[in-house]
Amino acid sequence: MIVTRMGDGSFVTMSEEEVKADVQEGVEDAVKRGKIEPLSADEIDYLVDICCRPQKFVSVQHGNELILTYDSGTLKITRLGIPIGMPQIMQIYERAFAADTLELAYVHYSFKPIKMIVPEEQYAVAETSLVTTAPLFYGAMPNLPLYTQPDGPCPNAAELLPAGKIAEARAAQEEAVRYAVKDMVFVGSGVYEAGADGIDFDTTAAAGDAEFQATLLACEQLRAKYPAMAIEIGMAGEFVLGFHGQLEYDGVRLAGLYPHQQVKLAEKAGASIFGAVVNTNSSRSFPWNLGRAVTFCKACVEAANIPVHANVGMGVGAVPLVMTPPIDCVSRASTAMAEVGKLDGL
Amino acid sequence: MHASGMGGIRTAGDLVARMQMSKKMRLNEAKEYVAGKLKVSVSDLADEVIMNEVRQDLDIATVYGGMGEQSRGIEAKFRIAKLLDLEINSVSRFLRKTGWR
Repeated sequence: MIVTRMGDGSFVTMSEEEVKADVQEGVEDAVKRGKIEPLSADEIDYLVDICCRPQKFVSVQHGNELILTYDSGTLKITRLGIPIGMPQIMQIYERAFAADTLELAYVHYSFKPIKMIVPEEQYAVAETSLVTTAPLFYGAMPNLPLYTQPDGPCPNAAELLPAGKIAEARAAQEEAVRYAVKDMVFVGSGVYEAGADGIDFDTTAAAGDAEFQATLLACEQLRAKYPAMAIEIGMAGEFVLGFHGQLEYDGVRLAGLYPHQQVKLAEKAGASIFGAVVNTNSSRSFPWNLGRAVTFCKACVEAANIPVHANVGMGVGAVPLVMTPPIDCVSRASTAMAEVGKLDGL
Repeated sequence: MHASGMGGIRTAGDLVARMQMSKKMRLNEAKEYVAGKLKVSVSDLADEVIMNEVRQDLDIATVYGGMGEQSRGIEAKFRIAKLLDLEINSVSRFLRKTGWR
């Protein structure tokens, strides 16, 4: 019998046939939702093999390594209660964690609060860029809801929609887009001019189509301003929610897009790297989630002309939705993304 | 670096990442470009033993500083920019701020 986990992290015992059936079901779910190609029989067998290996930790074959980017890099240490500065955290990532890339991030990990402290963040970027060798991102979340009342200036679409005020809710989101674009371009410009190699828009479209549009517009403006800037657009979920429903970018309706469609718009906006996300279903097994996540990500990689880095962490990329992601699942998901999904990075 | 990462400056992960970030190169293209510039095989790029020697020879920083003799940080990035024929933002900024450009 195979010991694996559910999407909530709890152990479950399955036969190899049950593992295969769950992988196949996960693949079929992705195919049905995304209208994409399924994995081949060999690829499904390889995923089953990865799930069924008895080792706690599995890894890629020599030569199949990929690039790792890190959303909110510095915060991962800050959250552990270790009181050290951001440049030192980046040195630890570089020399102790062997990170391919570095990412500076402020504890209030959203562009709106960061615009108040851009000079202080510029210090951190400039100091870090002197003492580290690996490429340096600055990351933050577009986080459109921060622009809504009572925290922000715009009427709250989440209150207007249940009241049936559809037009007002749409207008409020469009107003929030304008504020968000301004802040993202302001912060992105500030950290780039301080020496960062690029900017990472993390959890893009968490608030739906309006937030995706804001990020694409900010990306477009930053690309025009800084042609050599690295811009990563990492998503929040596999599916762009249509809280507005009518917003478009470059003539394409944003609501309802899946990763293989999202990446095409990121390319048009000038992104350098696209971060594909597939959400973990906590009530289904790890094999089911793995089959589903790899199918979505592989379709995205095949559609893309830019590098695609899949998000593999708590609650995404087949990893269980827990605060302490189990290494047996993380290592299997990483291996599957590299060797079956053919991702450019994670 | 976990199950699938290249290994950053411990290997050639930072260099391959730079080609993805700056030139939007896909993974295999980026690996081939870096391997060509370093005059090693693609399979050597993620090997800690070979890459430690290559990085020491090219003086482009490793995880060990070694008595302060090695280039590190911005010093190594000057060399990497030249090696990969790449403009690195912090290197360009350094040149501007020091009046060298």
